[in-house]
Amino acid sequence: MSAAATPVAAVAPAAVRKASPIENLRALLPYVRRYRGGTALGVATLLAGGLVGAMLPLVMGTIIDSISGEHSLIERMSALPGPLERFLLSFYRPLSGETLVFFSLTLLGIVLVKGIFSFLTRNILIGVSRDIEYDLRNDLLDHLLRMEPAFYVRNRTGELMSRCTNDLNAVRMVLGPGIMYSLNTIVIMVMAISIMVRISPQLTLYVFLPVPAVALAVRYFGKVIHDRYEKIQALLAALSARVQENLTGIRVVRAFCQEEHESRAFERQNKDYVDSNMALIAAWSLFFPALEFLIGIVFLIVLWQGSRLTLQGSFSLGALMAFYGYIAQLVWPKVALGWVTNIFQRGAASMGRLRYILSAEPEIDDRAVAARPADDIHGGIEFRHLTFRHPGAENNAGGRPVLDDINLRIPAGSTVAVVGPTGSGKSTLAALVARLWEAPPGSVLIDGRPIAEWPLHALRRAIGFVTQDTFLFSETLRENIAFGAEAASDLDVDRAAHIASIRDEVLDFPKQFETVVGERGLTLSGGQKQRAALARALIREPKILVLDDALANVDTETEERILRGLAEVTRHRTTLLISHRCSTVRHADQIVVLREGRIVESGNHEDLIGRGGYYADLYQKQLLEEELARV
Amino acid sequence: MSAHQEEEALGKLYDAQLTRRLLGYLRPYRARVTVAVALSLVSSGLTIVGPLLLKVTVDRYLVPALAGRLSSDVAMHGVGLVVLLFLAALCTRFTLDYIQTRMMQRVGQLAMYDLRRELFDRLQRLPLAFFDRNPLGRLVTRLTTDVDTLNDLFASGVVAMLGNCFILTAIIVAMLKLDWRLALAAFSVIPLIVLVTLLFRRSVREANRRIRVAIARINAFLQEHISGMTVVQLFNREKKARKQFAEANAAHMDAYKDAILAFALFYPAVEFLGVLAIAVLLWYGGMRVLSGSLTIGTIVAFIQYAQQFFRPIQDLSEKFNILQTAMASSERIFRLLDEPITIQSPEKPVPLGVPRGEIEFSHVWFAYTGGAQPAEEDWVLRDVSFRVRPGQTAAIVGHTGAGKTTLISLLLRFYDVQRGQILLDGRDIREYSLHDLRRHFGIVLQDPVLFSGTLESNVRMGTEGIDRPAVERALDEVGLGGFVRSLPDGVAATVGERGSTFSVGQRQLVSFARALAHNPRFLILDEATSSVDTKTELTIRAALDRLLTGRTAIVIAHRLSTIQHASQILVFHKGRLREQGTHQELLARRGIYHRLYQLQYKDQEIRVHATAGDAASAAVPAND
Ligand SMILES: Nc1ncnc2c1ncn2[C@@H]1O[C@H](COP(=O)(O)OP(=O)(O)OP(=O)(O)O)[C@@H](O)[C@H]1O
Ligand SMILES: Nc1ncnc2c1ncn2[C@@H]1O[C@H](COP(=O)(O)OP(=O)(O)OP(=O)(O)O)[C@@H](O)[C@H]1O
Ligand SMILES: [Mg+2]
Ligand SMILES: [Mg+2]
Repeated sequence: MSAAATPVAAVAPAAVRKASPIENLRALLPYVRRYRGGTALGVATLLAGGLVGAMLPLVMGTIIDSISGEHSLIERMSALPGPLERFLLSFYRPLSGETLVFFSLTLLGIVLVKGIFSFLTRNILIGVSRDIEYDLRNDLLDHLLRMEPAFYVRNRTGELMSRCTNDLNAVRMVLGPGIMYSLNTIVIMVMAISIMVRISPQLTLYVFLPVPAVALAVRYFGKVIHDRYEKIQALLAALSARVQENLTGIRVVRAFCQEEHESRAFERQNKDYVDSNMALIAAWSLFFPALEFLIGIVFLIVLWQGSRLTLQGSFSLGALMAFYGYIAQLVWPKVALGWVTNIFQRGAASMGRLRYILSAEPEIDDRAVAARPADDIHGGIEFRHLTFRHPGAENNAGGRPVLDDINLRIPAGSTVAVVGPTGSGKSTLAALVARLWEAPPGSVLIDGRPIAEWPLHALRRAIGFVTQDTFLFSETLRENIAFGAEAASDLDVDRAAHIASIRDEVLDFPKQFETVVGERGLTLSGGQKQRAALARALIREPKILVLDDALANVDTETEERILRGLAEVTRHRTTLLISHRCSTVRHADQIVVLREGRIVESGNHEDLIGRGGYYADLYQKQLLEEELARV
Repeated sequence: MSAHQEEEALGKLYDAQLTRRLLGYLRPYRARVTVAVALSLVSSGLTIVGPLLLKVTVDRYLVPALAGRLSSDVAMHGVGLVVLLFLAALCTRFTLDYIQTRMMQRVGQLAMYDLRRELFDRLQRLPLAFFDRNPLGRLVTRLTTDVDTLNDLFASGVVAMLGNCFILTAIIVAMLKLDWRLALAAFSVIPLIVLVTLLFRRSVREANRRIRVAIARINAFLQEHISGMTVVQLFNREKKARKQFAEANAAHMDAYKDAILAFALFYPAVEFLGVLAIAVLLWYGGMRVLSGSLTIGTIVAFIQYAQQFFRPIQDLSEKFNILQTAMASSERIFRLLDEPITIQSPEKPVPLGVPRGEIEFSHVWFAYTGGAQPAEEDWVLRDVSFRVRPGQTAAIVGHTGAGKTTLISLLLRFYDVQRGQILLDGRDIREYSLHDLRRHFGIVLQDPVLFSGTLESNVRMGTEGIDRPAVERALDEVGLGGFVRSLPDGVAATVGERGSTFSVGQRQLVSFARALAHNPRFLILDEATSSVDTKTELTIRAALDRLLTGRTAIVIAHRLSTIQHASQILVFHKGRLREQGTHQELLARRGIYHRLYQLQYKDQEIRVHATAGDAASAAVPAND
């Protein structure tokens, strides 16, 4: 029976967390592919910019050659000059003022063209990264919207938030600067090397001697960063989850004088976070100085060997300057390389954390929807040998299911009340009607059809649900009440509020229906929240109305008024009514007593009283209280 | 969208006061910061060595040797010496940089640790009214993202910027020393750079502001929708949510694209100006070399300097972004830290040992909004006066929204009254320290809150002296013992966020047990059994009868049956205390209470045969 219940707990996370950095980053490819055109264009302009930019040191060196009265290094570069080189050479004279002016202007021309290209590159490539960030963020929300409650039981809000903000940001860094700078690095490397080789193969070889060391360093640091960073992100998420929970329960914290205790607990986590950052710092602070050192060594080699070659006559001052120029160009790539490594490693770790959400697939979806077009839901509900355990909590209550072999028919339009002790499974039963949890196939039927065959959207559209713990959004009361009814008019809101018996009270508020309620409905009283939630369900005019202890926080007089109004509303609707009060449920067509997940009694009020079981006892007790009150 | 105002107003780049305050966080580590700054100065100083050595090599060895004035061997020997010097400089820089970076990064982390702690402590002391106004998600952001942003500033920003400035100065001095005319020629582009930077800053600031607003909206949205996901799904709001989110998301993207434009223009502009300076150098310097008034080595060194000169400038503008974000973050952080703690212990609190247990409200007026002089319609409590004697139980009844919960909040000083006073043992509660006052109360709030952890940690909270047997006893007393024992881990069972894996009734019972375990002098029950079945409720009531002896209690309940034994019943209506007395007295008055009572018990006519007492015990099946 647990066929449906077990896999929910096992949605991908374990698999995802193990993924290698490459694998994580590969998950970005489909996003990049969407902007193929833009990316290609960006890469093209980047290449063009690199090509043009590579001319700069060459021209500078030429000028130096000219003023030191030698042959141009361009001449030296190749036996067979290309057309561009021939063109440049035709302006070259040693020790000539005109040459100086011409090449200085050339320098400016080159940097201008290069500037235009790099403007385009940045605009296009970074723009694409923002586009992708936009897509990713929407996709994250999309997945979150599709995940069932079981997912939110497993994951704390603060954790998820941290993934959607901090981690997304790290991934964006890969897509924008990460990709742009690494491409840039490659282009500059290739261009610089190809020109340097032509000037002096020997010196080029020397210059690249330290490269293996750089590669090794980058690899080592990359790994360190990746490993530590993942832990850091996890700790950051835990930290925000902690703050989040503390603030959610701030009243309890205050009332029980737990501020100190909470501060200490927070401090511990704060310290953990700082400590693991420190561990990263130890490696990280070595990284840039080491890179700079290696770069310095390269300059040193050029100075040393370049001078030697010049003295031997196979090199010129201009060539030396050009080499200096190329290495200066390479410095940036190498620094960028370090930076990019950092970005990529962090991004990969974070992408792993995003994939936890992006690859989470809901257990509850429309996969089993019958091919034939959906009819309208009339509201008949049937539970057939329903046995259910919450995923992940299979061992609670000694392995006894939360709901055990429930058989119950609720004909469309009738009212069924469920009573039973705390924790007997009433809310779980109600939640199964809205398919918030997945019951074993065929055990819950709507209008005679297995619930999984109804499109989720249509199913829930047919239901008005008042959950046991109320959640309102920090919007106006009007928006909250009209929450689930797309086209509700002011009149509809007014009417629903009236039936829920909150209208008059709201009209007493200074801003009436435009009153903005605090988060979760914080600034309303307990009863006001519940009634707002009731109005929110009623305005949908649902076929099925589920009231899960919906009047628990409402006083008797108001309850009475609401019940009177509801009697009219529920006449033509299937109603599932959960309550602890006989007064609330006694007029139901059928009353069901749940106990430890089993239906132990069912029938109407009179039947059950006659039977002398739990319900009769409940009724007795409630009467007894009244009796006592009379004395 | 007024909630996002905070993100709107800010983002000034430099604010002396703010900066001073930020630097204050470095004060505890000033020794280390001083060392790091000193090291970074030395290391920056060393950067000007490279070009100088190049100049020496060119002018002293290469040019003379090429001209045949110096033998190759001697020249090579000289070059070797220069190379060694260069190597020494490199090694020194490496060491200095490593030490300096590590020191500053660590200091940054420590400063962040302090700041985070200060923020959290502040949050523990701010009045609840503050939390009514401020979305939780935003407060979380202050402690995480905003603080991390500051870290960038502390760890790399401060020292790097000082270093950059020093490098610039050193280069300027070196250039002027080498040849002041050539130096001035090179500096001619500086005004242009300043202009470009100013333009850039202006255009980026507006975009940055929009980005921050958008991010705040996105986060608030996510936070709320993750918390209320079930409601979103039950009410088919997915599509609408997607749409709303996409809008905020798009605003974010658009703002960023505007910022990109500014950056995309800025970088090439700076590069162009850098090359312009070099072109000027080459042209003007080259002419002078040709006329023999300048050495080639000087030009070569100047080119190096020019390149070095522009890197820090470009770097600074990169840092500019960090700086601006950090400034905005710090402003928000400080605003939170400056949030007045309106409710706190007095300077010299009256000590409160074991209270006698008398509570008195005297002409209390209270409103949530409107400050000290609320508008007439804002009053939630109006002129409320009553007294609960030591050991008595007072019951509070009234329609929903009458102000019952508010009353409790005032008693615990979650809020302060606008007029009148609340007295405990004859003294205004504002004379006691908050801790002294609250620790005598055990309260079950209307909305039960459980924390992640275990059942045990939820009952005990952080209070020492509540051992496991006490936890178990409390759980037994609220009738949850059997259930807890049926869990594989018993009281050590894991509790998820908000206790979502427990039924609502169970959550309520756990928070009830929490109040009992703390063995308080005053017990406050706000609808404490509203979601609990009748049988458990009766069990609890029996336990309470025992527990309440000698304690003062305030009980709020809608079910009159739960409160009729109270020594006195207070009937509230629309914020006023309308009736007061015992059950019998109130019935006799035939007022609101009488009406409530009539309504609740009008079922009475349908009588059941068996006599109450017997039936109750006979009919209960023997389990639970
Ligand atoms: N934090 C708040 N900020 C602003 N207004 C509030 C806040 N809390 C409550 N109110 C308002 O104050 C009034 C009294 O609320 P209170 O919670 O005291 O009512 P109550 O008597 O406990 O009602 P219930 O029986 O429904 O719990 C209500 O109109 C409510 O909207
Ligand atoms: N998400 C969950 N994961 C694991 N166990 C759960 C989960 N939700 C509820 N339970 C357990 O299932 C049982 C039934 O819970 P349910 O909420 O259906 O009870 P209930 O009858 O509605 O109780 P109440 O009257 O208190 O509302 C309880 O023992 C509860 O601890
Ligand atoms: Mg329930
Ligand atoms: Mg209340």
